[in-house]
Amino acid sequence: MSAPIAHGLDAHLVVDRGAFRLDLRLQVAPGETVALLGPNGAGKTTALRALAGLEDLTDGHIALDGAVLDRPRGGGRWVPPEHRRIGVVFQDYLLFPHLSAVDNVAFGPRRRGLGRAEARALAADWLGRVGLGDFGKRRPGQLSGGQAQRVALARALAAEPALLLLDEPLAALDARTRLDTRVELHRHLAGLAGPAVLVTHDPVDALMLADRLVVVEEGRAVQEGDGESVTARPRTDYIARLVGLNLYRGTASGRTVRLASGAVLATSEALEGDSFAAFPPSAVALFRSEPDGSPRNTWRAVVAGVHRHGDHLRVRLDGPIRAAADVTPAAAAQLGLEPGQEVWAAVKAAEIRAYPA
Amino acid sequence: MPAKRTRQRRRVPAALLAPAVVGLAFLILPLAGLLARAPWTELPARLAEPAMLDALRLSLVTATLATALSLLFGVPIAWLLARGDFPGRSLLRALVTVPLVLPPVVGGVALLLVFGRSGLIGSWLHERFDVTIPFSTTAVVLAMTFVSMPFLIVAVEGALRGADVRFEEAAATLGAGRWTVFTRVTLPMIAPGVLAGAVLCWARALGEFGATITFAGNFPGRTQTMPLAVYLALQSDLEAAIVLSLILLAVSVAVLASLRERWTTVA
Repeated sequence: MSAPIAHGLDAHLVVDRGAFRLDLRLQVAPGETVALLGPNGAGKTTALRALAGLEDLTDGHIALDGAVLDRPRGGGRWVPPEHRRIGVVFQDYLLFPHLSAVDNVAFGPRRRGLGRAEARALAADWLGRVGLGDFGKRRPGQLSGGQAQRVALARALAAEPALLLLDEPLAALDARTRLDTRVELHRHLAGLAGPAVLVTHDPVDALMLADRLVVVEEGRAVQEGDGESVTARPRTDYIARLVGLNLYRGTASGRTVRLASGAVLATSEALEGDSFAAFPPSAVALFRSEPDGSPRNTWRAVVAGVHRHGDHLRVRLDGPIRAAADVTPAAAAQLGLEPGQEVWAAVKAAEIRAYPA
Repeated sequence: MPAKRTRQRRRVPAALLAPAVVGLAFLILPLAGLLARAPWTELPARLAEPAMLDALRLSLVTATLATALSLLFGVPIAWLLARGDFPGRSLLRALVTVPLVLPPVVGGVALLLVFGRSGLIGSWLHERFDVTIPFSTTAVVLAMTFVSMPFLIVAVEGALRGADVRFEEAAATLGAGRWTVFTRVTLPMIAPGVLAGAVLCWARALGEFGATITFAGNFPGRTQTMPLAVYLALQSDLEAAIVLSLILLAVSVAVLASLRERWTTVA
């Protein structure tokens, strides 16, 4: 095993739990925020719990700023959570119900040996920084969701963690509060000196809050990169759906990609071999009869379903190329779209991005 | 006619109502009888009798000591049973709760065999420290603790099982060691359960009779607690027995009232 990097987080998380196996490599530089993005049950929270020391590794290692915190093999080492200096903002915050907001935040500083008054002063300062200076005396039950979230953040930060973990930090908030809290949270994350790991199933949270995304599915990292590269070139159906792209895998030959179904897509880029092809639903045009002219891909499809999607309608298409298409309500009315109906679908080659798998 | 149908459905079947009424009468009438026979005019004077006060004081002191001992040892036992991970845990739980169903007299005999002058621990205590436990106030406290601690353990274990361990995990990530987690997070969060258990334990200790009379005897001022005094008074002075019983009844009702909020509504 190579020596752990001297700064930031260096982890290879392996957790075996019967049918489920998490196997995830993760390196986060100081000041960097990485989002683990994935569907429910992908193992994101297990990864977070393993980092915090609340779940044991089966194999692999966790090292923070060069110090090994958990390594089951090779001599074995395990540092308990209370000695890891890893702050966690839990999904439902887990503010201590018997303590006021300020005492919740003072809990970490107290454990570091600060006196009661000193810890309270520090906690009050932190509450001020998250905009809750006047709420110190409130019990968690008397705080709104957004306020509780900010107290939880202040509590984690007041303990001066070397690594900050956030488990779905915005999931429990309503849409409006979420917007404000997200901006606020981004500000705090940007000001953080140490590494931070964020777990979320919401791509917007991931894109707005993190410098880098790691897409986790079934316990493994399936794609990694900054927001732009991940959303522009999704490598799994999950991400494609999240960012609203039709995604196909096939074999490229020049400016065409042959899919497993036998259908061939003409694309804008020349490629060879195993490849992805992707296009947005808005690129799909629907016709009653076969369209002609221009270098497009056309195929016969069957309408599988129609539902509202923002201010347009999203049409699910079955056929040799299963795809989602966005049409205006006016166009849908003109076409008389309904499930079971046969239509012609067309996508310009210039709208289809192809990239190596 | 939906209104009539619901009314019909709500009507209690006679087959349930009749035994319920008889049963309620059986539970309430003796208490009413006690109140009816009470010598209300002489009550203040009788309450001030030294023997009465001695028994009352002894009962309150020993029951409180027994509750303190139960808290000291019972809470850690409850923690082991709720959170411990060791073989034989369910067997241990069964053993701990045996005194709940054991006839108290049997408990008294068992205590006598262990702490008696020739008993396992008693002989050692006697030889080494010249300490004799049976038929002393200490014996009263031990008998009470033996009988009432399981009530506390069961209540606290239930509270611990109901408590969300993730709060303890959150405390650990903030730098709290296991003992700090217990004192600063777990204990405050289960405080209502501990309090309910302690009150129940205290009430059970206060009413203790069988194990006490077997293990501690019936010496006025030293081991004669209220229930023992009631029993003794019954032989000679019915009115005194009634007065003592009234006091115990009043204490029981007070305990019930203090528990009403968390006991009857939670269950």
